[in-house]
Amino acid sequence: MSRLEVQKTYKIYIAGAFPRTESGRFYPVKLKNGTVTNICLSSRKDARNAVVAARNAFEGWSSRAAFNRSQILYRIAEMLEGRKAQFIEELIAVGSSKASAQKEVEASIDRCVYFAGWCDKYTQLFGSVNPVASSHFNFSVQEPTGVVTIIAPESPSLLGLVSAIMPVIAGGNTCVVLASENSPHVAVTFAEVLNSSDVPGGVINILTGKEDELVEHFSSHMDVNATIYCREKHLTKIKENASLNVKRVSDWSGKDWFKDGDDPYLLLEMQEVKTTWHPIENIAGTKSGY
Amino acid sequence: MAKKTETKLDFGSKWDYSAAPESASHAEIKKEYELYINGKFVKAEGGKKFASINPSTDEHIAYFAEASDKDVDKAVKAARKAYNEVWSVMPPKERAKYIFRIARLIQERAREFAVLESIDGGKPIRESRDVDVPIAANHFFYYAGWADKLEYAFPGKTAKPIGVAGQIIPWNFPLMMAAWKIAPALACGNTVVLKPAETTPLTAMKLAELIHDSGLPAGVVNIVTGAGATGAAIVNHPDVDKVAFTGSTGVGKIIQKAIAGTKKTATLELGGKAANIIFDDAPLDQAVEGIINGIFFNQGHVCCAGSRLFVQENVKDIVIKKLKDRLSTLIVGDPMDKNTDVGAINSKEQLASINKYLKIGVEEGAEIYQPNCMLPKKGNWCKPTLFLEVSQSHRIVQEEIFGPVLTVQTFRTIDEVIDKANNTPFGLSAGVWTDKGSKIFNLTTKLRAGVVWANTYNKFDPTSPFGGYKESGYGREGGLQGLAAYVKLA
Repeated sequence: MSRLEVQKTYKIYIAGAFPRTESGRFYPVKLKNGTVTNICLSSRKDARNAVVAARNAFEGWSSRAAFNRSQILYRIAEMLEGRKAQFIEELIAVGSSKASAQKEVEASIDRCVYFAGWCDKYTQLFGSVNPVASSHFNFSVQEPTGVVTIIAPESPSLLGLVSAIMPVIAGGNTCVVLASENSPHVAVTFAEVLNSSDVPGGVINILTGKEDELVEHFSSHMDVNATIYCREKHLTKIKENASLNVKRVSDWSGKDWFKDGDDPYLLLEMQEVKTTWHPIENIAGTKSGY
Repeated sequence: MAKKTETKLDFGSKWDYSAAPESASHAEIKKEYELYINGKFVKAEGGKKFASINPSTDEHIAYFAEASDKDVDKAVKAARKAYNEVWSVMPPKERAKYIFRIARLIQERAREFAVLESIDGGKPIRESRDVDVPIAANHFFYYAGWADKLEYAFPGKTAKPIGVAGQIIPWNFPLMMAAWKIAPALACGNTVVLKPAETTPLTAMKLAELIHDSGLPAGVVNIVTGAGATGAAIVNHPDVDKVAFTGSTGVGKIIQKAIAGTKKTATLELGGKAANIIFDDAPLDQAVEGIINGIFFNQGHVCCAGSRLFVQENVKDIVIKKLKDRLSTLIVGDPMDKNTDVGAINSKEQLASINKYLKIGVEEGAEIYQPNCMLPKKGNWCKPTLFLEVSQSHRIVQEEIFGPVLTVQTFRTIDEVIDKANNTPFGLSAGVWTDKGSKIFNLTTKLRAGVVWANTYNKFDPTSPFGGYKESGYGREGGLQGLAAYVKLA
């Protein structure tokens, strides 16, 4: 008798754990081979729990050494590379050709490496020491915006997800991400990669479910600082809701993630600029003038 | 037990300062100002106008045209035409020279602008002369030089102008805010429709005259006066590509929502409720000067004002005593007098708003302290005010008062004060006073605010980016990072 395959239960990823949705709801996604997978239909409460997890993780993640964050992002690439075959298989299962699945997974791995390298460089490149006219030392440096909600592209389901997450966490933010609706499997498997990559729990939280349900909560939550939108339908609604607490909104729809994703300016969109002043005593005979 | 008698310092009761008024004779004020559209001074459609009042005397200054939707439309059309035909296609080197020339003209007429700023807005001449006007001129001078160097500002990208910028500025630093808005917009190749605040339109219209004198091509800068409806017409005009707003968080949210369904980009520089933190190892006399400057500079009409004081508990008594002593030496009165420290409250409405908060503070159980100073009979005035015995939940601690009102809280540990300082929806600025460098950097890193002054406060410079975190807005004005607000990157 042939061996029965063990199928995976696809769950969501909050605070470094894999709970089912608190709502107990699901939606079925049929694979190409006929297998039906039950995907968590995440609720408002799941989104709120994920935001709490992301907020709790923010201080630790943002205050880590940039070099340490860099190594953790690189570790994600290492883990992803090791499970390349699984991701290719999962993409094929939802309809990709083998060649395009391979291309997408490889591009995703390379995207992680690309942003791993930026962690400890972008403030050097885009920060500044400012030659103010008074006798003060003055410098500006980027700091993370905070908790970011991301509605990842519907496709490419892996590369789009990875490309939206990496610039956000490379810059020290934490995030809550909604995965592709019709191809959520790779997102859940990617959470397993994150779970074994030294990414602290809560830095990246991944939900599956319906955009139409969750877009409201992703964009109106008062403890979310920014929202990245990678789809088409709800941009105006997101921007309107963002005005509740002056959220930053980035419209990343219409990007070709194979070509447009290697870009430090994406990282800068989720950064604030902090300027610090301190008096200098008696430079060139001028008074410091507290 | 014998009660300890408190010794009180006696400042100036033995003699008065002689008046030292700045002369206003060389500053010409017309009876009526028109709109500046397409290089011409024109009346508003229908001839509607409003008056600007001197807040320190209640005297009428001049009439200003009230721009309607039609006027704004004319201004935007002029800006679009100038953008397409002149400004965006002009060699950047030439653009730069126009902006340099504007800077020079402001420097040449600096005293006139300072006088007018104090007459129209009520701020002490010392501030308009030493802060507002020079920074306005320097801002133009700084950004002029960027016009032909943008390729170095955005490595790996090509910077292109956005188009027509609609800019709405507040009444607290009228000329300086106009400079902060116009200078980077022009340097990056955009054209401008600017609206000054309805209580302080005078120096903006003077600036329009100066820009006209500079020979800047018609339509590159258009200045329209009016109130909220004029501002809304700019924000909602379909041919405006970019909105730049400085003002309250409430109005900022309305603007953010209004442009949600459009391709317009925005920079918002909104309210604040900054923490000013004094540790026990700070040089206390300098810190007290910093607290005073932090909250009473420009009558506290400053979005980055240090309005929440946090004193380490073991130095609370001495700091409050020094503060009270210093408060009684502040000279409140005629903005045109060079001795004046605290000028007039900008408008009757703002005075009513501040007085409302004074009442709320008392009703909430806080202890109010005001020095025994004389106030002029006419005009809008508010005594410098301290609120003691307040807690985080008090409205006067949570809400922006935008006046000379300081709340005083205490703390014991660094973690406690970081939590308290960050416990606000705002995040514009903060201050830290301590002698220990490592403590400064710990604090300046953890305070969630866009500008942090360590052992100083309320300093501004064209090279130094300014702007907030959280509900204090987004985007930066000033410096290299301020360019990003006025370019599209490809």
